[in-house]
Amino acid sequence: MYVAVKGGETAILNSYKLLAEQRRGDPQQPELTVEQIRQQLKLSVDRVMTEGSVYDPELAALAIKQASGDLVEAIFLLRAYRATLPRLGNTCALDTSRMQLDRRISATFKDLPGGQVLGPTYDYTQRLLDFSLLANAQTTLIEEPPKGLVDVPTAVPRVVDLLNQEGLIEKTPCPDNDPAPMDLTRSPLHFPADRATRLQNLARGDEGFLLAMAYSTQRGYAHTHPFVGEVRLGQVAVDVVPEELGFAISIGDMEITECEMVNQFAGSKTEPPQFTRGYGLAFGHSERKAMAMSLVDRALRAEELGEAIESPAQMQEFVLSHSDSLEASGFVQHLKLPHYVDFQSELELVRKMRAQQASPALPQEAP
Amino acid sequence: MNRLQLSAEVQDASTAPDVNFAYLDERTKRMIRRAILKAVAIPGYQVPFGSREMPLPYGWGTGGIQVTASVIGPNDVLKVIDQGSDDTVNAVNIRRFFERTAGVDTTTRTHEATLIQTRHRIPEKPLTEGQIIVYQVPVPEPMQRLEPRETETRTLHGLAEYGLMHVKLYEDIARFGHIATTYDYPVMVNHRYIMSPSPIPKFDNPKMHMNPALQLFGAGREKRIYAVPPYTAVESLAFEDHPFEIQKWHAVCAQCGAADSFLDEIITDDAGGRRHVCSDSDYCQTRQDEAGQMGGAVKDLP
Repeated sequence: MYVAVKGGETAILNSYKLLAEQRRGDPQQPELTVEQIRQQLKLSVDRVMTEGSVYDPELAALAIKQASGDLVEAIFLLRAYRATLPRLGNTCALDTSRMQLDRRISATFKDLPGGQVLGPTYDYTQRLLDFSLLANAQTTLIEEPPKGLVDVPTAVPRVVDLLNQEGLIEKTPCPDNDPAPMDLTRSPLHFPADRATRLQNLARGDEGFLLAMAYSTQRGYAHTHPFVGEVRLGQVAVDVVPEELGFAISIGDMEITECEMVNQFAGSKTEPPQFTRGYGLAFGHSERKAMAMSLVDRALRAEELGEAIESPAQMQEFVLSHSDSLEASGFVQHLKLPHYVDFQSELELVRKMRAQQASPALPQEAP
Repeated sequence: MNRLQLSAEVQDASTAPDVNFAYLDERTKRMIRRAILKAVAIPGYQVPFGSREMPLPYGWGTGGIQVTASVIGPNDVLKVIDQGSDDTVNAVNIRRFFERTAGVDTTTRTHEATLIQTRHRIPEKPLTEGQIIVYQVPVPEPMQRLEPRETETRTLHGLAEYGLMHVKLYEDIARFGHIATTYDYPVMVNHRYIMSPSPIPKFDNPKMHMNPALQLFGAGREKRIYAVPPYTAVESLAFEDHPFEIQKWHAVCAQCGAADSFLDEIITDDAGGRRHVCSDSDYCQTRQDEAGQMGGAVKDLP
């Protein structure tokens, strides 16, 4: 007797239990705390905050714990939490030239006002597995954090602003009346999308996808000749103007990574030759994301700059419709849901077509 | 807000008192209802809407869930089916979601339901006036596989320029002798818009035509809502010399003997043994119950 797939509810509830067991691992081992994740898996937390569009390290760490370390799943949890939160207001635009810098490098000038600050980076580590971490030894703490090696001034101008004094780089002034950007989490994406909307999409976009798209622009699929004008990491103040006050107050600091990519531009009928800019911004310490984003941002400006649109990275619909990890992951993985009915329909069709092929002398046309 | 409290509730299997009725906040519901009203006013037209990130993944029915959440009321009786069945895991999961967040009554009986959310099927039992059926839609744009750019397809719809679709169907006929689309078979709604009926088998397409129920379609990932109001013409695309046909089986349901329902093929052993059973579990069960009452239990066919 055929039994339809009954007992689905029991199966689902059982899968919750199995999942919890898998997440916990060997109960002999001490359980990870959210605070440990927040402190010791900082770069995971930063990615989840960035693509989850919520600046909250505690919740991001919680999501990572709940997702057993699957970052895309953690991003999903944070996004679903965010979806029902009320919108209280808009902040003022961040002034990143007033950032408290932890790291700041430019590939375009050897030295510049404010200096180069290497800061925390894997860039010059030699990637040898550190077996002392395996030995579970207490990591020896450096007695004194190496602060004050370089006295970083509080306000460091951005490299692109320095170039601007010569007029060599395009300006991106604030549009008239500073219109509020659209909110992609509240309204659907429309094409063509303006740059602010595109940047919003890229900021939420999957790091791996953006990385691959950015990489493709370096290998001939789009024409970019990029230089890192500047990558900076640090704390920036977040200001709001409450209606009842009428002036800006700071509501806290936020760690961000910002990238300004400088690109050669041969000029057009209306514009002289100059450097154009691609922009990337991410929460926390997320350089790969910010740099990839800035390359893709620049590639997506092809139409505006009168460049031929020939490569995927230049095509708005291609990039913006496929950048979101949740949309992509959902639609790819939905294929494991039941498709009995569609498959049954296809089964009938393939059988019919095979029957026709086996006996092509269908009484349609006698020779 | 107390985070610990919230997380405890989300994990709790009973109804979640701190979540708004049917999960979505009222402003979101209003936004979605406006999109639905527009969709009803322009049958078959895809209305963009501010689709939210639901606690279920895209592809699992987030569009249908948002539509259902926006139209459901405390007195509604909800039925959820996937592949025609109330018992498949995804149907069970979505039904649980609304039991927990809206606390509404649910049913498996098609005629008892005021609201039916479905994936890939239309129930065999004809729907009636006052019922609403909500379809989960993966790809709302019927021409997406022919023209992936939405900017282009939007223009084609605006101009009612559907040559692309007709050429595709014609090429099928030229190559195979028949139209090689068996599910998600495109329809013309109200003589104006070509519409994806969602991936229902073409067997179900005729049920959409002049249906007394309100048919709503939600595509969460693609952020589109569309609708077929009651008693609206829905024609499956075809040619005069190649009329539209639905699937037929050389078998009847092994459980209830139905010869008029969509049959799923079940593999029964490893020697190629197969049998056919109704995909619509309620239809099948009702027929078996009725046969049982009349004392004439349907025997399994060999």
